[in-house]
Amino acid sequence: MESRQSPALSPPPAPRRWVHILNAVGPFIGLVMVYFFFVFFGPPSFFTKSTLMTMAQQTVIVGIAALGATAVIIAGGIDLSVGSMVGLVTVATGVALMHGWSAWTATTIGIAAGLVCGLVNGSLISLLGVGPFIVTLGTLLIFRGAAIGIAHEQTVSPDDLGFLGNLLGYLSPDRAWMIVPPGVWIMLGLAVLMAIVLRYTRLGRHFFAIGSNEQTARLCGIAITRVKIIVYALAGMLTGVAGVMQFSRLNQGDPTAADGLELNVIAAVVIGGGSLNGGEGSVLGTFIGALIMTVINTGCQQIGLNTWVQKIVTGSIIIIAVTLDRLRHRRST
Amino acid sequence: MSGIVPRLEMRSVRKRFGSTLALNGVNLSIQPGEVHALVGENGAGKSTLMKVLSGAHQPDDGEMFLDGKPYHPSNPNDARQAGVAMIYQELSLAPHLSVEENIVLGMEPRRLGFTRRGEIRRKALDALKQLDHPEISPSTRVDRLSAAARQIVEIGRALAVGCRVLVLDEPTSSLTRSDTEKLFELIHRLRKQNYAIVYISHFLEEVKRMADRYTVLRDGTTVGTGSVADVTSDQLVHLMVGREIEDLYPRTLRSPGEAILQVQDLAGRKKPESATLTLRRGEVLGIAGLIGAGRTEIFRCLFGLDAVRCGSVKMARYTGAASPHRRWNQGMGMVSEDRKLEGLALNLSIADNLTMTQLKHFGPPGIVFPARQTVAAKHWAQRLSVRCRSVKQKIGDLSGGNQQKVAIARLLHHDCDVLLLDEPTRGIDVGSKAQIYQLIDDLAAGRDGRPPRAVLVISSYLPELMGICDRIHVMCRGILGPAHPIADTDEHKLLLEATGTH
Repeated sequence: MESRQSPALSPPPAPRRWVHILNAVGPFIGLVMVYFFFVFFGPPSFFTKSTLMTMAQQTVIVGIAALGATAVIIAGGIDLSVGSMVGLVTVATGVALMHGWSAWTATTIGIAAGLVCGLVNGSLISLLGVGPFIVTLGTLLIFRGAAIGIAHEQTVSPDDLGFLGNLLGYLSPDRAWMIVPPGVWIMLGLAVLMAIVLRYTRLGRHFFAIGSNEQTARLCGIAITRVKIIVYALAGMLTGVAGVMQFSRLNQGDPTAADGLELNVIAAVVIGGGSLNGGEGSVLGTFIGALIMTVINTGCQQIGLNTWVQKIVTGSIIIIAVTLDRLRHRRST
Repeated sequence: MSGIVPRLEMRSVRKRFGSTLALNGVNLSIQPGEVHALVGENGAGKSTLMKVLSGAHQPDDGEMFLDGKPYHPSNPNDARQAGVAMIYQELSLAPHLSVEENIVLGMEPRRLGFTRRGEIRRKALDALKQLDHPEISPSTRVDRLSAAARQIVEIGRALAVGCRVLVLDEPTSSLTRSDTEKLFELIHRLRKQNYAIVYISHFLEEVKRMADRYTVLRDGTTVGTGSVADVTSDQLVHLMVGREIEDLYPRTLRSPGEAILQVQDLAGRKKPESATLTLRRGEVLGIAGLIGAGRTEIFRCLFGLDAVRCGSVKMARYTGAASPHRRWNQGMGMVSEDRKLEGLALNLSIADNLTMTQLKHFGPPGIVFPARQTVAAKHWAQRLSVRCRSVKQKIGDLSGGNQQKVAIARLLHHDCDVLLLDEPTRGIDVGSKAQIYQLIDDLAAGRDGRPPRAVLVISSYLPELMGICDRIHVMCRGILGPAHPIADTDEHKLLLEATGTH
């Protein structure tokens, strides 16, 4: 067989090495640049340990929700209902505490609420065959409506929060050994788990396969309906955890909480190199994307810029990041 | 003919794509009021020729004249303005717009930026009247019309622009028999009105009936032209085929064993209408036929990708409902005809693509260790001489031939017993083709130390089927004919059967 090789075959040209390196660390370089921009041009208070701590805390909610969104976007989907889901989860958690149940039970109920929402999204998308954009646009309203209804159009404020009161707050001296609040550790742990799922499990490989080319995945015998339902359910569970964090930050269930969170979540995934066409994305990238947005927000605040400036800067960063990503892709193919 | 300026003339037109010469000296001359048939096998260069004529491609060399004046369209719109219109197989109307809006699309009569509805209506009615189809209402939305009526609208659009040359590409392929008759009447009428018509068809009976003159293309060259009255179908087929078979095809002695796939009266939603075949271990069975005859649909039905209307399939010991997942488990694998759309996930790695169906042995249940995946992929990439820097490379970066080898390697990694290969050598270089032919022979003969595999191949290239198969079925208009052992048939007979000329 080897003797038949034709001279017409020439190996494809090798892209330059730096392109590869840039692919891997591009978002990270972006994060470092943004951070040091504020270190040099911001107030001295920016370059302190407490600012770093604040930023870690502020990244937790977006970061955890974005872990699920990363999987959804890799599998070629999108979830616009994240913000509403978080609102619903804070209400569910609050209501459970109002019943006098323990913090553990309330947490479980909160996460379960997220899981149910995710199952609803996944089932509607794969069984009705309606596009995920439309389905989750619908459930964005449905979940928000349900949250407001369950909470009787007001916030749910239980008296005894148990450990749910300080997942994100500042550490009291007796808990100083934790270095950062438990919420940050939970986010890091979930990120590692998610990275493992995406890289080392059959399920994770199937997410990539479906997102990259659904037709191919079908030809290869992958159970597309099941995998799609699982990915939205998984994302729902993680959004549930994010919702519990939101509850802990607010110390109450607020049905109108986290309005528009989905946009920050999608932005984090996209800045981190995820492609809305599916098949591409990584936990590390998403994580960096979420941090970039936090750094910009915190930095702008400390410089004393108005929120409208922050919004313009964040929006520009999204466009710049995705444009760079496209250029990178064009060069490497 | 001297003294008369042809309506359309092409002289030694050449077109090159990369290393392949798609058109290598095409001559074509059409008079006003003439129906000119353009015939040739799949891949002879007909569609490239049409694209050059319609301005979608620019020729590298040669000249074209329209009514004696140089004609160099730089895009399809240019060609329409000059007076040349294509009526494609896949109709190109805007389905959500009405008949009249489609007819004047791109050249709406307007005043101060506002369209003039009355003028539009008048133009549309004129065109429909000229075609003698006043029953089509100008205000109907196009997606509510039958395929035949849409075709009329498309022809009407060409007339409304003032086209003088109409190119019909396989116009009857999606029509019923009575609609075909109506179309033929229409073509006759247009001929009387002095339009020049290029008629592309695989169906030689239609050519004999409709056309005044013919031109045969083979391997991108005009190999014959003349009056249809002076030629027989046999002679046309001879012109279309007439080439030497190259010695590309290895064939060792294979001894077909037990039947592993038995298909009885299989019918899908639309196609196939009926397919019966038996595939044995150690056998390469071919399915010939024209594009659109329903060959791919047989594979899709067998593999559970399309719904089956009736018929029975017995795969090894299994009967019953099929899904791709079940088929892989039963030891059947399929290579899609369309690598980009279906066959491969282009932005994933070679290793991911190669092992996508079978990730079981790369770790504990549910776990995949990328390192083990890479080792397995490397093994197959080497075995099939896939040219790549690393199996972690994106498969989209590889050449077509190497991509195809990975698509086939997927079936080997899965250790399939029955291989369904749909156009396995389409669009790939000669070197890779030879390797794939060799591989098919190795697998069917069981030369890799495994039991002989059974291979079912679809190909539009008859010499290839004659070269690698033991038996060949011919599919024509949705119906799969009986199998012919290759000793009892030749390209000529197969082509006659495929074109429905018995």
